[in-house]
Amino acid sequence: MPWNWKKNRLGRAKTAESPEEPLTRPALAWLLAALVLAAAPHASELPVWLSVLFAAMAGWRGFIALRGKSLPPRWLLLLLALLAGAGVLIDYRTLFGRDVGVALLVAMVACKLLETRVLRDGVVLVFLGYLLVMSNLLYSQEIPMVAYLFAVVLVMLAAQALIHRPHAGLRGVAPLRLAGMMVLQAIPVMLILFILFPRIPGPLWGLPKDAYKGRTGLSDEMMPGTVSELVRSDAVAFRARFGGVMPPPNQRYWRGPVLWRFDGRRWTRHEELPANIPTTFVPEGVAMDYSVILEPSNRRWLFALDLPARLPPRVGMTASFQLLRDQPINEVYRYEMQSYPNYRTGELTVAERFRGLQLPVRGNPRARALAAQWRERMSHPEDRVGAALALFREQAFYYTLTPPLLGADNVDDFLFRTRQGFCEHYASAFVFLMRAAGVPARVVTGYQGGEANDLGGYFIVRQSDAHAWAEVWLAERGGWARVDPTAAVAPGRVRDGLYAAVLNPELLPFLARRGGGGEYEWLRQLALSWDSLNNSWNEWVLAYGPDRQKEFLSGLGFGPVDWAEMTVAMTVTLGGFGLLVIGWRWRQRGTHDPVARAWQRFCARLARRGLARGPHEGPLDFTERVATSRPELASSVREIGQLYAHLRYGPIGASSDLRLLRHLVRRFRV
Amino acid sequence: MSRGLRQRFEAWVTRGQRPARQPVRLDRRRIYILPTRQGYAFALLLLLLFLWSINYSNSMGFAFTFLLSAVALNSMWRAHNNLLDLVIQPGGIEPVFAGQDAQFSYRLDNPDAEPRHGVALQWRDRSPHYTDVSARGSATVVLAVPAKRRGRLRPGRLRVLTRFPLGLLQAWSWVEFEQDCLVYPQPRGGRSLPAAMAGGTGSGLGEQGVGSEDYAGFRPYAPGDSPRRIAWRAAARTDRLLVKRFTDQARPELWLDWRLLGAEPVEPRLEQLCQWVLKAEGEGCEYGLRLPGREIPPASGEIQRRRCLEALALFAGGDG
Repeated sequence: MPWNWKKNRLGRAKTAESPEEPLTRPALAWLLAALVLAAAPHASELPVWLSVLFAAMAGWRGFIALRGKSLPPRWLLLLLALLAGAGVLIDYRTLFGRDVGVALLVAMVACKLLETRVLRDGVVLVFLGYLLVMSNLLYSQEIPMVAYLFAVVLVMLAAQALIHRPHAGLRGVAPLRLAGMMVLQAIPVMLILFILFPRIPGPLWGLPKDAYKGRTGLSDEMMPGTVSELVRSDAVAFRARFGGVMPPPNQRYWRGPVLWRFDGRRWTRHEELPANIPTTFVPEGVAMDYSVILEPSNRRWLFALDLPARLPPRVGMTASFQLLRDQPINEVYRYEMQSYPNYRTGELTVAERFRGLQLPVRGNPRARALAAQWRERMSHPEDRVGAALALFREQAFYYTLTPPLLGADNVDDFLFRTRQGFCEHYASAFVFLMRAAGVPARVVTGYQGGEANDLGGYFIVRQSDAHAWAEVWLAERGGWARVDPTAAVAPGRVRDGLYAAVLNPELLPFLARRGGGGEYEWLRQLALSWDSLNNSWNEWVLAYGPDRQKEFLSGLGFGPVDWAEMTVAMTVTLGGFGLLVIGWRWRQRGTHDPVARAWQRFCARLARRGLARGPHEGPLDFTERVATSRPELASSVREIGQLYAHLRYGPIGASSDLRLLRHLVRRFRV
Repeated sequence: MSRGLRQRFEAWVTRGQRPARQPVRLDRRRIYILPTRQGYAFALLLLLLFLWSINYSNSMGFAFTFLLSAVALNSMWRAHNNLLDLVIQPGGIEPVFAGQDAQFSYRLDNPDAEPRHGVALQWRDRSPHYTDVSARGSATVVLAVPAKRRGRLRPGRLRVLTRFPLGLLQAWSWVEFEQDCLVYPQPRGGRSLPAAMAGGTGSGLGEQGVGSEDYAGFRPYAPGDSPRRIAWRAAARTDRLLVKRFTDQARPELWLDWRLLGAEPVEPRLEQLCQWVLKAEGEGCEYGLRLPGREIPPASGEIQRRRCLEALALFAGGDG
């Protein structure tokens, strides 16, 4: 072997491997490939110049490695690093946040690439590479991304093996095969950890402001335009799976933020403290049980059908039946829910009556006048409700995604001039009229409807199903009653969904065009199949958080579990798995040698007839003893004994001898 | 761990091990494994990823963190397996002169159907020698051990180690073999070769002045005489084995004598003698070596050289 003792005598390395060992060319190639793959998905959100810079630096480093050139001088690197840092600072105007963090990470990897020469640099790059992989998960945890990152991890592991010069014997695809085998063998342990490692609900400390940037969802205020903007998205808000019967379309009202306060333009929430028991009401009829798999919204509220009667862990309920979790939902979150579609909420408190009748001091005089008229003429509040709905139904009101802009007195403007609006216009105007007419009322926002995915047996509720409706308090109805003024204008909205009901459905995104995909309906159906796969992924994998973990383990029959018990369960399972592997390896080892296997089989057969081999007996002694006590077996037993002794202790035997031994043992009968 | 502590630990762990004469097969009980510095850094990385996952409630982040942890665990098993059942046997050793490096060679045999990568032998704190051992194959590793003093050099405990596959953990084992390397004194000294003398210089032992050119009668056979010198014809006549005697007038006897180096201490004397042996051999002389209590009759050739050098290497005592 090529070996140079002089060099080794000079290199007084104290450890088993010097961190100054230069990287081999294949190691650099794998490392570059892994890093480029890990950074690639970020190209969509990084500034273009940074993506170009990264590609250029990677290309440059590859060129240097290929041509055996020397690395750029340090001052140039320093300059590049400073420029990249300044560029990021100028582009993002901050150094704290998710996006800027990713940008800095990418810039750091790019600069580090150009000074990478030895093992230590390689290790740093591999570690940065794993951080890059993780950072991709902050943007997407969907199946394609996870599959892609899985492949990236394989390449990264291959690079991590190869940066060590002594492992350079792994050639061609051998590093990738090794990484594949390692990951394959690691999967059982990963699953045990994933299922049993006690999860702590996050966050542990403050997150950057842009941590969950770009998440769409209902906000906690409503102005003209808020809902009609939101419905332009076909992103999934949540999915729901019903245990028994599905509710009919006119009961698919998914309750979200309840808005009490009106300032003449904006509807906002009244800060109510959620209680940790469900708000009481008198249910009528049967309950519906279902589970909801909520997409991350970066908001605290949960959605439930009217009216929810159960609380998931860490969730409270306000007096107006809003569900609020202690932390914003920033992971896929699954919860079990129960609702009663028919209910009586009972008496109104003084505070509620006051809030339910609140109106701005001035503005919208015509609407007020109309309401005062109703109040005078109709003694039953229910009739006033009917009058308002009749107004929407009978006058020329239009349901449109692009309502005209409204002036300062926007309720008046809408009711008497434009008469074109989306659900927030109708809900807002209706509640205004009711309050002015002396009927306690409030705006409820949420989602209405949803598309049944027959393939997966669940409902998909998209942002395009966002809706706003009203609730009025009627003594005759025993409490709060839901009134959907939009249904008076466009009855199809509730029955068939938005696409069928709105004036300008072509503005809706493709997936929101329920039942109206036209010649591309098959494509929509395909998308639904894909969605059902996503739903399973969400339900079983992504939604597996602290609460679901407890639920799952309790469901196995352990009763309520705490983290200490979970740790014990995890340790025991891991230990059990370890023992299984050891046991399996033990068996493999024992039966590795075909000669020994044949001999053991032979001995076992004799032992069953009471002729057990003593531990002191060699093969020849043993067979001789058998031959004496059972003369009829003598010849075959002796032959086997001699053959075995020859194979075991003699010079390396021919494979025909082994075949013969196995044959004889197989034929041997006591 | 401080150096002294480490050595004590090493001594404690290997207290039951005796130097082996046979090949050593590394079994479970003698393979140890610990994280490397890189391994500790990786553990920190895992902690970072874990906190990151908690903070962002990122389910796939957890899965990724756990996957990397499981891979690290798997790499522990693989590092252990990379040494398990490896057979190490010492090879032949050539003598060296003091000041040179003794070359201890070892054969590593892999009985498994899977190749082993990055297995190293390390002597003390020297940089380890890595090699790959192919499936059911073997590889040779040569370790250089500095031979500082003449005599028999034992390399002592060797470390067999590997960081395969990811460099996060180091598995190692200690082996020690019953082997040594003969170290000749360093050939050093300013004196030129002593003058050769015809006939004996007085010592009664041996066959002084025996050459190969001029026939000088017979003498009785003594064990160790070359069969070529036996006078077969004469032996047939006399029933006794007789050996032909020659005297070599052209090349007088050269005696490398301890006593010629009068007052010097032992080691420089041996070094000078060593240098003389090499010089005499290089000039093609016949030479004998005379040490207190030991005398090697004059001859030349590789065997003679070895005999003399070995005598010098193993010389003990002798003040005077």
